[in-house]
Amino acid sequence: MNIMTEQSLENAVGDKMNAKSNEVIKMRGDKVGVFYGDKQALFDVNLDVRLNQVTALIGPSGCGKSTFLRCLNRMNDTIDSARVTGKITLDEEDIYDKNIDVVELRARVGMVFQKPNPFPKSIYENVAYGPRIHGLAKRKADMDQIVEQSLKKAAIWNEVKDRLQEPGTGLSGGQQQRLCIARAIAVSPEVILMDEPCSALDPIATARVEELIDELRQNYTIVIVTHSMQQAARVSQRTAMFHLGYLVEEGATDKMFTNPDDKRTQDYITGRFG
Amino acid sequence: MGEHTVASFDEDLEQISQLIRDMGDLARSMVSGSTRALLNSDNALAQRVVSDDAIMDARQRELDDRAITLIAKRQPMANDLRAVVGSIRMAGDLERIGDLAKNIAKRVGTLGLSVTPRDLSHSIDAMAQLVLIQVQGVIEEYAARDAEALAKLRADDERIDVKYTSVFRELLTYMMEDPRNITACTHLLFCAKNLERIGDHVTNIAENAYYVLTGTQLPANRPKQDETAMSAPAA
Repeated sequence: MNIMTEQSLENAVGDKMNAKSNEVIKMRGDKVGVFYGDKQALFDVNLDVRLNQVTALIGPSGCGKSTFLRCLNRMNDTIDSARVTGKITLDEEDIYDKNIDVVELRARVGMVFQKPNPFPKSIYENVAYGPRIHGLAKRKADMDQIVEQSLKKAAIWNEVKDRLQEPGTGLSGGQQQRLCIARAIAVSPEVILMDEPCSALDPIATARVEELIDELRQNYTIVIVTHSMQQAARVSQRTAMFHLGYLVEEGATDKMFTNPDDKRTQDYITGRFG
Repeated sequence: MGEHTVASFDEDLEQISQLIRDMGDLARSMVSGSTRALLNSDNALAQRVVSDDAIMDARQRELDDRAITLIAKRQPMANDLRAVVGSIRMAGDLERIGDLAKNIAKRVGTLGLSVTPRDLSHSIDAMAQLVLIQVQGVIEEYAARDAEALAKLRADDERIDVKYTSVFRELLTYMMEDPRNITACTHLLFCAKNLERIGDHVTNIAENAYYVLTGTQLPANRPKQDETAMSAPAA
């Protein structure tokens, strides 16, 4: 029997309290609005992303959750008609500031997409590409190590270590997605954005990715968009609910899925919307 | 509360809530039947309570099946999740109330033969009335979705505990007065204890119902007043 002594119990409680008071805001959205041409897609969103936590963005299609996610590493810059208002900070630094190098920003805030999209290159090259263009490895041995570490962190090393030179596109869907996660990790990002990373995967591959998300949280801050309520409940610590371009409610995931404050959240997560 | 996009989800939830109402009605009729049978030495009524318990058990199994299937099929969230899990727990308490009522009913035959219990059981009558009010109340307030009334009802259980303490002392006095009362009084003491336990299950149901309706738990500690464990009657 493992019986906690009073002292160790007190310590555990103390640790928990400290962890709480140490919650650091990694990224902060302040009155974020997004326009696609004349059409406003996002209205005055204030949302904090906490360090080493998984923040899930949920809401019905067209609610603005992916739009918000794409603001966090300026992916909306790639859409000509898109215009972002308000302020978004990474470690209290405005990421829309003129002096920000967008390429460097996207190395710090990596992204994993809905459909696995490996480059039409070898497994090795898929992972090595990012570190190479960012000049992160001087020698071949360094690069080998980055590739191996990244594939290990993405929990796919054992499956691919004997065929690193084979094309990444030859892997199964679930493996491809983990390869894409390895590729995102390879440039040592601080934040990883995931846009429905499991929607194209079967339940077992999904479980692997979810397990991975939980492990990655130790070292990275993660923001995930998901249509699966259960997935949001399983993987995240914070949940933000969007509707019609507005942030409706944000809070601890445990509470959001058992006793949400807002009726729209309640209706959406219980399947009563519309 | 609006309807689900999937209409059959609403039907599944409604069936579970109907089963809880059925079990609640049955529990009420079993508690009332068993105490009337006890006070009037009515063997036929006691038999009916005993056979009702089989129906109660079957309802609980059906509710469990439906609730488990619903969770597997629909993965309910928020208030739906609370309603389903709460129903499973409430059904457990209602089933126990049925068991305790059956236990009272089974003692009716034994008691009838020993002494006329009528003289000894006045205070049990009063206690049974309190318990019945609680059983009836918890079913009605849950149906009316009145969380505040449920919180108050839970606090009211204290009255049953106080009453139980006085019944305990009274029966002990009868036994000391005349040892021939011992058999009957012991049975009556068990009945009183069963009624007190029924009150506790009502308390559990009220707590569960409160959580289902509000999403928050009532504070853990409630005033407790069963003094029989600590003190003997004045010598």
